[in-house]
Amino acid sequence: MNDNKIIETHPAENTPEWFQHHFTDSEQQQESAKLGMWVFLLTEVLFFGGLFCAYAIYRAWHPEMFYNAHKALDWRMGGLNTIVLIISSVTMALSIRSFQLNQQKQGLWLLVVTLACAVTFMVVKYFEYAHKFHVGQLPGKFYHFTGIEGTNPHIFFSVYFLMTGLHGIHVLAGMGVITWLILRAKRGHFGPDYYTPVEVTGLYWHLVDMVWIFLFPLFYLIG
Amino acid sequence: MTENKFNHHHHILPLKVYLGIGSALIFLTVVTVAVAQLHLGQFNLVVALGIAVLKATLVGLFFMHLKYDNKIFGVIFLSSLCFLGIFIIITMSDTLRRGDIYPEVGTPIISKSAIYDNMPQDSTHEGEEHHGEATGGH
Repeated sequence: MNDNKIIETHPAENTPEWFQHHFTDSEQQQESAKLGMWVFLLTEVLFFGGLFCAYAIYRAWHPEMFYNAHKALDWRMGGLNTIVLIISSVTMALSIRSFQLNQQKQGLWLLVVTLACAVTFMVVKYFEYAHKFHVGQLPGKFYHFTGIEGTNPHIFFSVYFLMTGLHGIHVLAGMGVITWLILRAKRGHFGPDYYTPVEVTGLYWHLVDMVWIFLFPLFYLIG
Repeated sequence: MTENKFNHHHHILPLKVYLGIGSALIFLTVVTVAVAQLHLGQFNLVVALGIAVLKATLVGLFFMHLKYDNKIFGVIFLSSLCFLGIFIIITMSDTLRRGDIYPEVGTPIISKSAIYDNMPQDSTHEGEEHHGEATGGH
């Protein structure tokens, strides 16, 4: 099909360090990596999906309570976090683009900015959680706040902490991986021929952004 | 550079596409917040989720490159959404119809969790089951 992709026997010294020899060529290697990440993202959709289903059930059972309880959340902090994650997605995508264009320093700095956005997100989240812990808006049996009308407001906070907590864990994991990418980028591992680790991390990061895009209106903006 | 098996280069999106999509996402976030201030009843949820789906589509097509990549990736992602859809639709079509034949099963058995038994009663609670009142079914 493609004349360039001849199967050759290459002596090991002539091949780039990142090339894995069980692949025919770099394109197949990159496509395989992306395929693996997309299948993983499929499992992540189902992972969060189970919790979205729980949200749907509890909200259907207690619509007024969800409305009352959601007022305890600050939509400005949620909105800020949404903007922060969107910006981090832009910088992540631009970082990949920089490596594609052999602008390695720019690619590195864009990764640093992405990481900074992730840190900002977690700091805002820390303030949100700290306030809730302080007033007793805790999940499940630990709930001891008395200012919310409706049946069983602890249910709202159970779902809230489970979903935003799981999302926060994913942000932390992403921060770890991006830090590793920064270290590799500093050593010059990435360029137009090879930027696959940055690309698959980008795919993961965009999914984390996507999940928050749904979490924000469902928790902070109940009409 | 003649192309060999190590330097296949892929489609690179122009900078303004990334910045444009990013701006659109921020704009749609503002729209979501603004519409949430309006009282549209049940429609609030539909609009909010609709905008969220649009934002997610933009992220998927452009940031995640689904528009320009091998179609199998899009198929994989769409299939995950299909199965999630089946999961939620079937679950909700059960849970929302529980009271259709026997009203008793339409609501949770215990209307107020036991964790509230030792909490001070808040004066804003209206119509709540009061602790100690003899009512049936608890």
